[in-house]
Amino acid sequence: MGFGESEEQLLSKVATNGGHGENSSYFDGWKAYDRDPYHPIQNPEGVIQMGLAENLLCHDLIEEWIRKNPAASICTEEGVSQFSAVANFQDYHGLPIFRQGVAKFMEKGRGGRVRFDPERIVMSGGATGAQETLAFCLADPGDAFLIPVPYYPAFDRDFCWRTRARLLPIHCDSSNNFNITTSALEAAYHQAQKSNIRVKGILISNPSNPLGTTMSKQTLQILLRFVNEKRIHLICDEIFSGTVFKSPRFVSLSEIVEADPTIDRDLIHVVYSLSKDLGLPGFRVGVIYSYNNAVVACARKMSSFGLVSSQTQYLLGCMLGDEEFTSEYLVENARRLAERHGVFTAGLARVGIRCLEGNGGLFCWMDLRALLKEETVEGELELWRVIVNEVKLNVSPGSSFHCAEPGWFRVCFANMDEETTERALRRIRVFVNGEGEEVKMMKTKKKKKNGWDEELRLSLPRRFEEDLVLTPRLMSPHSPLVRATI
Amino acid sequence: MANIFGLEAPLSKMAISNAHGEDSPYFAGWKAYNEDPYDAKKNPSGVIQMGLAENQVSFDLLENYLEEHPEAYSWSSGPSSFRENALFQDYHGLQSFRKAIAGFMEKIRSHRAKFDPERIVLTAGATAANELLTFILADPGDALLVPTPYYPGFDRDLQWRTRVSIVPIPCHSTNSFQLTLQSLETAYADAEASNLRVKALLITNPSNPLGISSPRTLLEDILDFISKKNIHLISDEIYSGSVFDATDFVSIAEIAEERSHISSEKIHIVYSLSKDLGLPGFRVGALYSYNDRVVKTARRMSSFSLVSSQTQKTLSFMLSDEEFSLKFIETNRMRLKERHSCVVKELRDSGIECLKGNAGLFCWVNLGEFLEKKNREEELKLWKVILDEVKLNISPGSSCHCSEAGWFRVCFANMSKETLEVALRRLREFSEKIRGRRRSPNGEICT
Repeated sequence: MGFGESEEQLLSKVATNGGHGENSSYFDGWKAYDRDPYHPIQNPEGVIQMGLAENLLCHDLIEEWIRKNPAASICTEEGVSQFSAVANFQDYHGLPIFRQGVAKFMEKGRGGRVRFDPERIVMSGGATGAQETLAFCLADPGDAFLIPVPYYPAFDRDFCWRTRARLLPIHCDSSNNFNITTSALEAAYHQAQKSNIRVKGILISNPSNPLGTTMSKQTLQILLRFVNEKRIHLICDEIFSGTVFKSPRFVSLSEIVEADPTIDRDLIHVVYSLSKDLGLPGFRVGVIYSYNNAVVACARKMSSFGLVSSQTQYLLGCMLGDEEFTSEYLVENARRLAERHGVFTAGLARVGIRCLEGNGGLFCWMDLRALLKEETVEGELELWRVIVNEVKLNVSPGSSFHCAEPGWFRVCFANMDEETTERALRRIRVFVNGEGEEVKMMKTKKKKKNGWDEELRLSLPRRFEEDLVLTPRLMSPHSPLVRATI
Repeated sequence: MANIFGLEAPLSKMAISNAHGEDSPYFAGWKAYNEDPYDAKKNPSGVIQMGLAENQVSFDLLENYLEEHPEAYSWSSGPSSFRENALFQDYHGLQSFRKAIAGFMEKIRSHRAKFDPERIVLTAGATAANELLTFILADPGDALLVPTPYYPGFDRDLQWRTRVSIVPIPCHSTNSFQLTLQSLETAYADAEASNLRVKALLITNPSNPLGISSPRTLLEDILDFISKKNIHLISDEIYSGSVFDATDFVSIAEIAEERSHISSEKIHIVYSLSKDLGLPGFRVGALYSYNDRVVKTARRMSSFSLVSSQTQKTLSFMLSDEEFSLKFIETNRMRLKERHSCVVKELRDSGIECLKGNAGLFCWVNLGEFLEKKNREEELKLWKVILDEVKLNISPGSSCHCSEAGWFRVCFANMSKETLEVALRRLREFSEKIRGRRRSPNGEICT
């Protein structure tokens, strides 16, 4: 039962602006999937979810470890002696074995080339919480961080929603494989200054989501020189660092910082998480690693709002402390990702679809510019609707990542089994080769007066609020995330 | 603070302020404990922690349950598989878990109120729930009314990152620190006069640090008040399961139902499993709102502080066990009641009076007579003496913003019975020493 009229004026601005970001087309595809989800037996013609950057390739390894190490769970006979101590533990420093395990795992993910001090590991509610916390620590309301486009859509929510900070784009495009250039950096910075916006730092992801590439040492050095000179911060989200599966090898920010004493470490902050490398997004393990003592202290206090469950800290602390396991895991994870990436990109290449040359991440950055009716965002969204509704694949349109060029799409490949991968590739083959049917139709259809073809079922970005509340029942829109199965 | 480059690293104003509230003696005492913690064998003269409102009296019930029910934590196949659990990051939370929490809350209130699992939003602890609600109900610069004394953590949770202000409503020992309609009206009027926009009233029921639940008439007055003023009500009922006699507790949910939910869209309840189940490390908080928009927004905002799916699964299983959860609630209540009675009696025998409480994991104790003068400085001096000499960390009332000096919160459920006895003995000895010092030459106690 709903209660009373929704009295807008009684809620805050943060509650009523669109800062939650769910009106983006990024989430519309998930909704389409939710309505008609693929299942190999029950719904083989359903939409295949390729818009969710999850890593499902190595759960068997983790499950096996857990089975072989019952003492890592405080609920088992072997581990229950730790139950009360762990269940009672709410210290925001976190369990020592957890911090040590995470630090070691991060070191291993960087080939042992870097040292991470467990005392600097600060917990957060996933990387989502980490980004927000850093924004609170480094930016006042109205301050801005520069960010290269294309970027992960939820950064707008994570970094800006409750903090009131801003993200301003650094222009990147396919002319140089979307690499960051000094001139683009300077242009973005000066543009902000001209608009009287105070730039407090730069936010980058390495490996990049959605590009699936790692940054070169040169690019990282350009960024470091820039922030050092301007006295602004550099946040590097390294959430996909353990998914680099091909050369060039991953060069972490920390590697360069450790080797160069002219860099002011007080400006350097790394975000990490176990959601992608280990495939455990449900466990909500976010990490802030800052080289700035004041930021560590402040972020740690703020972590009270998003601590990791001590039950989970204990399990993962034990697991990550098993160095033999983690070494093998990282190698096997990379191997399986390389294989899957290879199969997928080969399948795409066979029908003439090119991807940006990627070496990390759980996705490909697909170039479909040739299939656009017109090189505009509308053209891209039109193609996207065809892919979702006719080809039945949920892929993410580049515009939802703020990409400056229309026609690029992010397609995830690590969140499905081999059979589904094959099926997805087959659908793509049919779509492209039957350039005959669907694509011809697209190219010759006349535009209706409002620019949209009404015969195509639209899932235009729609405000959630319109679905809301004049009904007597609480409408809970599906979280654009994995459907509850329990 | 300049670094090796001789330059200041530019942080936000928020980071530099001390609105995180950790400079309070509330937290300083914890540090002293951490540096010299009591251990019956290894450090018998160490500091006994009586400043932490934890519930350690019922772990055995949880441990026994787990030993008998390995299905609670083991992963099988299909929807209960490891993979499904590890991937589950839906901010709606596990439906079975929400259902279990709703059921648990109903049992605690002896089914005098109904809770719809679809209105439960899970957060990483009540800490996150209170902050989240504040973000949703108030803009920066707005105010929340909170009766004193109150939980010190509210200063951080409600004010720090939200930039909202707490306007305290002073309550007095003359009526057992009970909130009254009068004081509510006065505080609201004062806030308005200072050009502060009041968006909500936050009450803790049962109260921390008082250990008393709100009487029905007060809750009714409060509901009338918030309707009239068109502001929200947040009822933090995190200690609801610790009311010693079940019939004593009246939840705002009951009153809301009795009134057929007129004005319920302004009512929001905060809960957690940290106190009633004694699992603060698991970070399980819940926000229950009768307001659709608040539920929806809170759910989205909970992305910053979701509950680990591993923990959701374990606890969902446990709390869905009707027999177990009912038995737990009853046994836990009984054990807390016993502890409380014992503490009250021991303190009385030591000449120390407690506020008459009916709930909670602590007593609100009056040490006013030990103060030279009844003011904050003297109270903090006394606190220091008790910490450094008596080796007990108890929380001074001033850290809870109490308007009267001399009151202290003394926790009793976060230690074994043996340790509690040691602590009470130390207090008694201290009390006798102070009184002895004050005896005049002819043996009478000086006032």
